[in-house]
Amino acid sequence: MKIHLNVWRQKHKDSKGAIVKYSLNEVAPEMSFLEMLDMLNLKLAKKGERPIEFDHDCREGICGQCGLMINGIAHGPLKNTTTCQLHMRSFKDGDTIYIEPFKAKAFPVIRDLKVDRSAFDAIIAAGGYVSVNTGQAPEANSVMVTHDEAESAFDSAACIGCGACVATCKNASAALFTSAKISHLAKLPQGKKESEQRTVNMVNRMENLEFGHCTNTEACEVECPQEISVLNIARMNFEYNKAKL
Amino acid sequence: MWYFKNALTRKNLMALTGLFLSFFLIIHLVGNLQLLLPAKEAQLQYNWYSELLSGSWFIKIVSYGLYASILIHAVDAFYLSQKSRMLSGQYAKDRRNRASSWYARHMMLLGLIIFAFLVIHFKDFWYPYKFGEIGLDADGQKDLYSLVVVAFQDWWYVILYAVAILALGFHLIHGVFSATRSLGLYSPFYTKMVKGVSLVFGIILSLGYLIIPIYLFINN
Ligand code: HEM
Ligand code: FES
Repeated sequence: MKIHLNVWRQKHKDSKGAIVKYSLNEVAPEMSFLEMLDMLNLKLAKKGERPIEFDHDCREGICGQCGLMINGIAHGPLKNTTTCQLHMRSFKDGDTIYIEPFKAKAFPVIRDLKVDRSAFDAIIAAGGYVSVNTGQAPEANSVMVTHDEAESAFDSAACIGCGACVATCKNASAALFTSAKISHLAKLPQGKKESEQRTVNMVNRMENLEFGHCTNTEACEVECPQEISVLNIARMNFEYNKAKL
Repeated sequence: MWYFKNALTRKNLMALTGLFLSFFLIIHLVGNLQLLLPAKEAQLQYNWYSELLSGSWFIKIVSYGLYASILIHAVDAFYLSQKSRMLSGQYAKDRRNRASSWYARHMMLLGLIIFAFLVIHFKDFWYPYKFGEIGLDADGQKDLYSLVVVAFQDWWYVILYAVAILALGFHLIHGVFSATRSLGLYSPFYTKMVKGVSLVFGIILSLGYLIIPIYLFINN
C-alpha cells in the first residue's frame, strides 16, 4: 500500500519541532507500525538523512516503551493496544498518518518522537514499593488473599507506564498511572501497611512534577493499552483522604 | 490551609462545594415551582414564601454558605483548569476527544456560562428584592412574583435562561458523578449507580427549571 506520513521532527530538546512529510510505497498490511517506521528509516539512512528516533523495546506490547500519537490518538486507532502491536492492516492504501510524540510539560521531547518519561520513575521512587524484606516467594496459601482481591490487584499492577494516559488527558494528569500503583499495593496485605504514607508521598510528587489535575473525563481508561480502570483514581482519592482525615 | 495543598485537596473542595450547590438547586427548584400555580394564588403564596426565607436567620447562614461555595468553586475551577491547560500538550492532529464526552471536557466553559448567568440572575431578582424599590401585593408583601412574571415576558430573556439552564444540566450530569469520584467513591457497583443518578438528576433539574420561564412566557 501507499502511505503518506506527517511526522514530528525535532532536532533536540530545546529546538522547535515541525511536521515533515514522507511517503512510502511498499507498505505491507502485515507490517507492524514500528516496522513501517523502520522501513522509512532505512530509506532515510540510504539517502544520508538522519533517521527518525522513536522509543521501543520489547515490541510485544509488554514493556510500555513505545508510545506515539497516531492520527491524534495515543497508540493509534485500535483500542487497547500499544503502538508496537498496531499493524498496518488498520490503515488503507493512500492514507495519511500523523505521527507525533506524546506531549506534556512533564514529558519533554528529547528528539523527534522520543520522549523523556522519567517523571513517572520519580513518582514511583516516591513510594511505589514496599519497604520490607520479602525474601523468597512465600507458600501461596500462607498469605490470605482472596482470588478476587488478587485479580483486582493484578489488574491495577498491569500498568506498563507508557504514558498514553498523560498524553490523552486534556489536563496532562498522571492520576491514572499514580493511582494504579497506589491501589495495586493498597489492595494487598504486603502493601496495605504503608498505604497512607505512600499515597501522600506519591500524590505530592505527582503535583511537583507538573502534571495536571483529574477532571474524571475517563479518556485515560479508554485509550489505555492495558485498560487500567479509572476506579483506581477514585481509590487513590479515597486513600489520600483517609490518610489526611 | 489544607485545601491549597494540591490538586486532590482542591478537587475535594470543588466536589464538596459543588454538591452543596447541587443540593441547594433542589430546594430552590421546589420553591420556584410555586410560580406555576394559578396567578392569583401564586402571587400571594410566592411572595409569602420569599418573605419567610429572607426573614429566617437559618436561611441567612445557608445563603452565606452558598455565596462562599460559588466563589470557592469558581476560583478553584479557574485555577486548576488554567494551570492544567498550560501543562498539557498540543498536537497537529488531535482526536483525543473520541474518548470522552464533550461536556466533561468543557466543564470550565459550562461553568463560565453558569457564572455569567448568576450575575444576571442576582442583578435582576436578588438585588432588587433585597435593596431595590419594589411594589407590594394585596397582603402588603414585597411583590417578587410580579417582578419575575414581567421579566419573562421577553422572549430573549427566556432564551437566555434556557441556555444557562442547559449548561447547568450538562454541568450537573458530569459534576455530581465526578464529585463522588473526587471524594473517593471507588466501588464498581455504586459508581455505576451514581452515574445513572447524576444523569437523571441533571435531566430532571434542568427540565424543572426550564418549565418555569417557558410557562410564564406562554401564560402571560
Ligand atoms: C450552581 C452552580 C454549580 C454547581 C451546582 C456546580 C457543581 C459542580 C460539581 C458537583 C462539580 C464536580 C466536582 C468534582 O469533579 O469533584 C463541578 C465541577 C466543575 N465546576 Fe461546577 N458547579 C457550579 C458552578 C460552577 C461555576 C460558576 C464554575 C466556573 C466559573 C464551575 C466550574 C466547574 C469546573 C471547571 C468543574 C470541573 C473541575 C475539573 O476540571 O475537574 N462550576 N461543578
Ligand atoms: S515496545 Fe514494548 S510495549 Fe511496545
